Amino acid sequence: MRVHHDIVIVGGGLAGLRAAIAAAEKSKKLSIALISKTYPIRCHSVCAEGGTAAVLREGDSFDLHAWDTVKGADFLADQDAVEFFVRESPKEILRLDNWGCPWSRTEDGRIAQRAFGGQSFNRTVFAADRTGFHEVHTLYERTLMYPNIVRYDEYFMTNLVIEDGAARGIIAIELKSGDLVLFEAKAVILATGGAGRLFGFTTYSHQVTGDGMAIAYRCRVPLKDMEFFQFHPTGLVPSGILMTEACRGEGGYLRNKDGERFMERYAPERMELAPRDVVARSMWREIIEGRGIESEYGPYIALDLTHLGEEKIEERLPLIREAAKKFAGIDPVEEPIPVRPVAHYTMGGVHTNMWCETPVKGLYATGEVACISIHGANRLGSNSTAECLVFGRVAGEKAAEYALSTELRHVDDDIYREEEKRIFDEFLGRSGDESPYQIKKELNEVMDSSFWIFRDGNGMKEGFKKILELKERYRNVEIADNTRKFNTDMIYAFEVGFMLDLAEAVAAGAIARTESRGAHYRLDYPERDDENWLKHTLAYYTPDGPKLEYIPVTITKWQPVERKY
Amino acid sequence: MKVIFNIRRFDGEKDYWQSFAVPVFRGMTLLEGLFYIKENLDGSLAFRASCRMGVCGSCAVKVNGKPVLACETQISSVNSSKLDIEPIDNFRVIKDLVTDFEGFFRKHEAVKPYLIRNDDNYENPVELIQTPKQMKSYYTFSLCIKCGACYSVCPAAATRSDYLGPAAITAAWRFIADSRDEGKEERYEAVCGDNGVWRCHFAAECSEVCPKKVEPAKAVQKMRIRTALHAIKKVIL
Repeated sequence: MRVHHDIVIVGGGLAGLRAAIAAAEKSKKLSIALISKTYPIRCHSVCAEGGTAAVLREGDSFDLHAWDTVKGADFLADQDAVEFFVRESPKEILRLDNWGCPWSRTEDGRIAQRAFGGQSFNRTVFAADRTGFHEVHTLYERTLMYPNIVRYDEYFMTNLVIEDGAARGIIAIELKSGDLVLFEAKAVILATGGAGRLFGFTTYSHQVTGDGMAIAYRCRVPLKDMEFFQFHPTGLVPSGILMTEACRGEGGYLRNKDGERFMERYAPERMELAPRDVVARSMWREIIEGRGIESEYGPYIALDLTHLGEEKIEERLPLIREAAKKFAGIDPVEEPIPVRPVAHYTMGGVHTNMWCETPVKGLYATGEVACISIHGANRLGSNSTAECLVFGRVAGEKAAEYALSTELRHVDDDIYREEEKRIFDEFLGRSGDESPYQIKKELNEVMDSSFWIFRDGNGMKEGFKKILELKERYRNVEIADNTRKFNTDMIYAFEVGFMLDLAEAVAAGAIARTESRGAHYRLDYPERDDENWLKHTLAYYTPDGPKLEYIPVTITKWQPVERKY
Repeated sequence: MKVIFNIRRFDGEKDYWQSFAVPVFRGMTLLEGLFYIKENLDGSLAFRASCRMGVCGSCAVKVNGKPVLACETQISSVNSSKLDIEPIDNFRVIKDLVTDFEGFFRKHEAVKPYLIRNDDNYENPVELIQTPKQMKSYYTFSLCIKCGACYSVCPAAATRSDYLGPAAITAAWRFIADSRDEGKEERYEAVCGDNGVWRCHFAAECSEVCPKKVEPAKAVQKMRIRTALHAIKKVIL
């Protein structure tokens, strides 16, 4: 089957929804397809809890937000993009307000803001601790007002179509029917999210398998800064479910087994509200030095909210209370929550400039799948949802402008037939003696051990070898289900294939970068090295593994200085 | 300890039950049990799952007759060594535990579930004022995750497949009760037709099974009163 639209957006989370609205606002004449592998409101963005950063009130300033972001990023962020980002974020907050988002309010009815890690002003706008949930629902509801946004829910992208250096569309499986559909388009926007399920202990939804990132990479679009993976300080033990940074923003403490607020030894000024890389590293050090609290699920750190009182917890952190009760059997009003640092955010992604343009004409990337880069080596909390809103809009507008000035070029039948053959003749129902589930499990183990919070050269090289071995075994993978309709067995096998390629890019970038910066911390190179490494990594796919190149970081106002909190 | 997962399966043609023995650990969820089967016993088992923390609404299934979110249901809480697991009712089954939500989302769209304002200004939005008290009047209803549990137990939906159902009417009420909204009239029209609020039987089972305690039955009731007043007003004026 073949359909065509002016713009095809892949991914129905915050960035994709925002892009769709932006494109639809640009012109009623544009036909916009919004394709997602789950229903849009089932995307991972709904799991964002704490808030969205924006400069709204007196006392705060764009420069301050930008500086916090650049310093938080350990100076690897592109400062022109950051300056643009902080200026655009406030308007997005107001748009969501006008579209119905139930932002938490002050008594006089104005939009409230709370404290967050690494942000030196209380600038995080929030909707209780369900910010992402309300943002997604608000945007989804808003898309229903535009007749030129056509949704394709539960379609799984298998490939991008690029010809003569320009995007021509994508190919996807409609899960319900099992049919393969070629979407022809003048412009394609990738908004498929991060790659967090590479790790075993993670806050990510099951669906976040880096599909768009991997497909772009295989189509020779470079990935940027993949070695930078964020570990959030507070993942609930044992499930990894996110316990928002707002727990600490609202005044929560981190304590070791002696009851000590150990952050005073690592970040005496910001304490629990230092940036995530600093807090996660401190917690990990406490744990490996034996000051974690022992449990049947391994050692943990206590996230103590008991002094906040029931009323505040109910008002500001209701989801946290509900989740802690349901998934750990603990009421945070009564006792501390068991937490451990947890894989949480992919700073790296598809290489774009600050207009979400990739090196391929007509191909855009936005949200977590993209690396613009405003987060550099470490993202600040509440900057990711803000990024999705600001750069979702940018991608939608840029794609719209491009589509309005371009003619649709039809894709050759052969391309569709080849993909059909690859999927249904060669992949579906194939026999082999490797289980995709087992390979995924072992991939998670190697990422959790070799590419975790503390890294070192030897460990990473071992890990890299193991990834290559898993890739080799994957060639012999079995897909037990040979039917077409809603074949989640085959989809899973696709996803594991994507993740193996991405793991290789993460590993290659991490091994090559012989310094410590932001979330990439090496025991064998514990210092930041601006002389040699103040640069972005670009990983290019080749059949023999990733080829690395480097490009400079854009610096406008702020020279790198020592990073203390 | 092992628990029997007795799953009602459907392969597109035939409908059958299949049992799996799942080793259970303390705190293990139903969803983890389903993944155990998929990863170790039968990769072809189809079910939906995403966030595994009760906010995305993907994984509603029927367990021993009651709809629940698989991700937030502890196996031990069902208190049975054998679980009968089925797709939720009132939805067409696509495969195994996966049901067709197409119609459900169309009904949601039909009630105009978005803020309608006369001064909608995309380029230059302004901050609207809404006090915490005003927000409270609709906030609970904004927590719906569209999991379909309410619709699956609704007797009105069982007899009339075109009935809008509790989730869609709750969505309409959520916006009508929002102090920022100016689209009430349009929405009354959308919900008071032949397939709308007057179909509700007041069974209130929807509120009982809602995993988010949204109380759709309350929203439907409030909506009935409001649409009745609206109808009277229309006749008088």
